[in-house]
Amino acid sequence: MFPKPIEKTSIGVQRIYKIALPISLFLWLLPLIAVMLTSVRSAGDITMGNYWGWPTSFNLLENYTDIFYNSKIGLYIFNSFQVTIPTVLLTLSISCMTGYALAIYRFRVNMFLFFVFIAGNFVPFQILMVPVRDLSLQLGLYDTVTGLVLFHAAFQTGFCTLFMRNFIKALPFELVESARIDGVNEFKIFIYIILPVVRPALAALAVLLFTFIWNDYFWATVLVQGDHALPVTAGLQSLNGQWVAQWQLVSAGAIVAALPPVILFFLLQKHFIAGLTLGATKG
Amino acid sequence: MENTVSKNHRTFWQRHHFAITPWLFLAPGLLMFMLYVIMPIFQSIWISFYQWDGLSPKVFIGWENYKELMSDENFYTSLKNNLIWLVLYMLAVPAGLFIALFLNQTVAGIRIYKSLFFFPFVISQIVVGLVFTWFYNPTNGIIAIVYALFGAEAPSILGNESYVTYGIIFAGLWPQIAYCMILFLTGLNNVSSEMIEAGQLDGAKGWVMLWNIVLPQLRPATFIAIVVTVIGALRSFDLVSIMTAGGPYGSSRVLAFYMYETALSEYGYRMGYGAAIATILFLIMMVYITFFLWRMYIQEKRG
Repeated sequence: MFPKPIEKTSIGVQRIYKIALPISLFLWLLPLIAVMLTSVRSAGDITMGNYWGWPTSFNLLENYTDIFYNSKIGLYIFNSFQVTIPTVLLTLSISCMTGYALAIYRFRVNMFLFFVFIAGNFVPFQILMVPVRDLSLQLGLYDTVTGLVLFHAAFQTGFCTLFMRNFIKALPFELVESARIDGVNEFKIFIYIILPVVRPALAALAVLLFTFIWNDYFWATVLVQGDHALPVTAGLQSLNGQWVAQWQLVSAGAIVAALPPVILFFLLQKHFIAGLTLGATKG
Repeated sequence: MENTVSKNHRTFWQRHHFAITPWLFLAPGLLMFMLYVIMPIFQSIWISFYQWDGLSPKVFIGWENYKELMSDENFYTSLKNNLIWLVLYMLAVPAGLFIALFLNQTVAGIRIYKSLFFFPFVISQIVVGLVFTWFYNPTNGIIAIVYALFGAEAPSILGNESYVTYGIIFAGLWPQIAYCMILFLTGLNNVSSEMIEAGQLDGAKGWVMLWNIVLPQLRPATFIAIVVTVIGALRSFDLVSIMTAGGPYGSSRVLAFYMYETALSEYGYRMGYGAAIATILFLIMMVYITFFLWRMYIQEKRG
């Protein structure tokens, strides 16, 4: 293990380490702590300029109900769920199949297709912007949840195919081979043999995708205009204009908007990190 | 396979079974990826040779958009800022490694520390942008308090043309360092303890150990960290859009934002010109993509 385990160092070093840990964490998360504190401040505190001291009163309920009653943040959050959940499901089903095809079958353009998926996943969004917006307009999907879902699902297929293909390729090939010898057809092999064993990969991708899609801002502004389909990232930006200098509301809004991926992260941390660090250990 | 059926009687499906099946599995994904990702790349390049406002018919103007770019000061500002982003964003890699080394212990509660340190990456850049905008506020941000401690007046970081890009990058580094940290923590987890022990026997410790024994084993993690950081730097859009909208006077624009502005904002729907900017950004990114693919190709060849 590197660096040297702290238990093997002198008592002095151990003490310093145990003090340094919480202090560094506090400094690291200072932005978040400040936002949390401010989200419960009273409007009075804000006008008095008490931004960084202890709040004079705790207005947790007032501020958080205020943003739901007096703004459309509830609708924006609902929209975000409406975009995120179908995208995750659609992307997972598509990329299970593409990953399976590229991992199991040998055919001439296999490697080429695999590289196309990887390369596409890295391109800057702006090179897609004008044509994708135009395509959505032509399909009548501009300014709709469906339009956003289809684009996100297509784009994320690149990364997910890479992930699934590598995962399935690492499985023992005998799984497929022996089933083939028994005369099981290819679709049944996929459904009954492959799908059950790729569940951990699906979990990892689901958490990652949820976070990526939920936090998307660029496509939300490019493909959506109206409140009826606006996700919470873009919604927060427009509310920021509406809540000028009402930092307690901006903070409460920011926290509410950040919450769903944060909760998911803490519940499924292991999967999240497994997905994110793919390739960080081998190769 | 059904060996009992003689060759002549096998149906088309039976004969081409193995050739067709992969394409059936690929069809939905490939179709959507072609429609929404691959084709648009070529369409954008094509549009960059036209003058187009998104509604009226396109007018072919050859290289005119690119010629205009060559003398467009805003383009150079964006390009320069992208370069600054690229260089300074790289700090996330050593900083992430530093925090990973700091946290790679087994004391009680360390797991919670690790996940809380990772936290900034999970929240959206919009939230990060809003928080830092407020931090930088010269009258009531935390920066005002820090300067007041020294009896000085805080500068307006986001309102000053020479500070603004650095201020935004600093905000961007926060989640990016967290991302690199988690990559290195995973890498450190897999560092072989035998090699560490062998190194110890040879008297290696501290920097020597880190440089000669640990870092070589962290190469995959370092590689991924650099790749995601380069891509993050070139994709920077959200923070610029939230914190300054490119201002003051366009001094914090990056290519991604400038493209969006020309193609889709009150500055006029100049889709052709925007597509030309996007094409340049794409070509810069292509250098990295090619490098990444080449490395993957070598790996695949090795097995």
